[in-house]
Amino acid sequence: MWEYTDKVREHFLNPKNAGEIENPDGVAEVGSIACGDALKLSFKLDENKRIADAKFKTFGCASAIASASALTEMLKGKTVEEAMKITNQDIADYLGGLPPEKMHCSVLGQEALEKAIENYRGVSHKKPEEEIVCVCFGVTDGEIERAVRQNHLTTVEEVTNYTKAGGGCGNCHEKIQAIIDRVYATKRPEEGPAERPKLSNIQKIRMIEETIDREIRPSLKHDGGDIELVDVVGNRVLVAMRGACATCQASQATMKGFVEWRLKEFVSPELVVEEVAS
Amino acid sequence: MRTVYLDNNATTMVAREVLEEMLPFFHDYYGNPSSMHSFGGQVGRKLTEARQKVASLIGADPEEIIFTSCGTESDNTAIMSALANNPGKNHIITSRVEHPAVKVLCEHLAQKGYRVTALSVDTEGKLDMDEYEASLTPDTAIVSIMWANNETGVIFPVEEAARLARERGICFHTDAVQAVGKIPIDMKSNTIDMLSLSGHKLHAPKGVGVLYIRKGTRFSPFLIGGHQEKGRRGGTENVPGIIALGKACELAAANMGKENTHVRALRDRLETELLNAIPQSRVNGTRNERLPNTTNISFEFIEGESILLLMDQYGICASSGSACTSGSLQPSHVLRAMGVPYTMSHGSVRFSLSVYNTDEDIDLVVKELPPIIEKLRVLSPYWATTQGACATA
Repeated sequence: MWEYTDKVREHFLNPKNAGEIENPDGVAEVGSIACGDALKLSFKLDENKRIADAKFKTFGCASAIASASALTEMLKGKTVEEAMKITNQDIADYLGGLPPEKMHCSVLGQEALEKAIENYRGVSHKKPEEEIVCVCFGVTDGEIERAVRQNHLTTVEEVTNYTKAGGGCGNCHEKIQAIIDRVYATKRPEEGPAERPKLSNIQKIRMIEETIDREIRPSLKHDGGDIELVDVVGNRVLVAMRGACATCQASQATMKGFVEWRLKEFVSPELVVEEVAS
Repeated sequence: MRTVYLDNNATTMVAREVLEEMLPFFHDYYGNPSSMHSFGGQVGRKLTEARQKVASLIGADPEEIIFTSCGTESDNTAIMSALANNPGKNHIITSRVEHPAVKVLCEHLAQKGYRVTALSVDTEGKLDMDEYEASLTPDTAIVSIMWANNETGVIFPVEEAARLARERGICFHTDAVQAVGKIPIDMKSNTIDMLSLSGHKLHAPKGVGVLYIRKGTRFSPFLIGGHQEKGRRGGTENVPGIIALGKACELAAANMGKENTHVRALRDRLETELLNAIPQSRVNGTRNERLPNTTNISFEFIEGESILLLMDQYGICASSGSACTSGSLQPSHVLRAMGVPYTMSHGSVRFSLSVYNTDEDIDLVVKELPPIIEKLRVLSPYWATTQGACATA
């Protein structure tokens, strides 16, 4: 049995705003019956261009119904611009959290919202050349990449929890891993550190290690040095310098100017690097 | 709130008589049956009695009964033993609708290099016996086909399948976890070589199972250790569990008639009244060759977890084959193998009854479920469009 929060149960047992709006300003349907969940979202604006009403219809499990109900509540009173900022994590947070395996329900909500807004604006949502990666659930590389970036996913299992991709035959696991690798190899400039969601400790340590491996160590090795991650305490990254770096006069500058700067850029702006003797 | 328990294919209540029978063996008679002293020896005698009772339920000889820890252990032991005893053979036959205890093991063996034939089923969940016969080859080491399906209750003609295997000298195993205690089984009148059963499916506690091995069948143990079970399964016996299983088998033999009258009648009433009250619902699996306690019903255009959680509000316990409840993202492998359409498979609910169910239990479901289905359909984006399409068609 899933461990649902009281808020999820409340929105599932007594869903708010179920139904469809007649002559809506924006409407969208996402998901499919084959995939096991689907959501039809419609909204109407008032004279001040704020969302006066939003309604949903959901085919799916308790958390899919609760996510849709929560989303419609969150939308009311917002401008379209404000509504666009709602992320799947906001929907999950509104519900007091969702089980990890059910995060795709909140992603479905965000997708429906984006498409409904596109519908309102009259923009065609044709995405440029997206390739279907997960054949079982029809998930594209673009959708996976976006979920990885937005939610900071680092494993195939997490991608499955958020997008369903890889949850069927499993043949696409390598492709999903390649997308994850690609995302962390090249960060888009607009995905600045400021917008990055909070990291768990495990994620943080993993990302610090990856960043050291990928971004830092090769440069140090080039100069005959090396670096070892000793510990991570909160936002303090404790490292030890090795090889040529250990005796180099410039290592303090390297530490602050290069190592810390890289870690702030790729992991979290709060990080402070400290050298320890070990 | 009263619990209306209709999930007996998942697990069953330990019967009062069974509980009373096993309790003294925790605190008072805790001896080890292998001990030389009479304190342990008296426990050994109770194991002999239990073995006799289990054998009697399935028409076996007590020596053919090996106690294990669960159905999964029995299934794994049987298949691995057959492979060990047929070292030159590389082929396994099973079905697409097996319990994970067999299905996942066979998938694992396929990765290890065995050739696995997973027999398909038709839309009623029935095996194609021609396909089965054609798949038997001189290279086949073992056939493992379940006696009755846990999700649909569909009964397979395993005795006929075992006869065809025997004619070719091929070892035949059946996972009879759902069948034992619900339908009569007589191992003296068939040629099945190995059979698995599980205690907690027939009102004994969890943690005890049985592997039946026909006399003369070559066998290699799975758990290697002490001389327990004549060296065929090492490990100190689960004494209270085994004694409980003996009592449960005795009760099952006595209740066999009731399964086929009382339980069947309740199941049929539940099924008929739900189908009558709820449009666009259907039974999954053939209604003829089926366990008397099981019905698997699909309600179109809604999702199973939602149905279960709303029934939970009334204390009604059942299962679903929907993606959200199957622990994966796809609906049950059984319903998919049967080609049940997605509009139906996500909204499937399995009710499985026992001799302890009453007419009042069925009354409650028949009263509460139709409004639940209606509520979820009103929420479903597919329901309205379908209704519209029907109206204009």
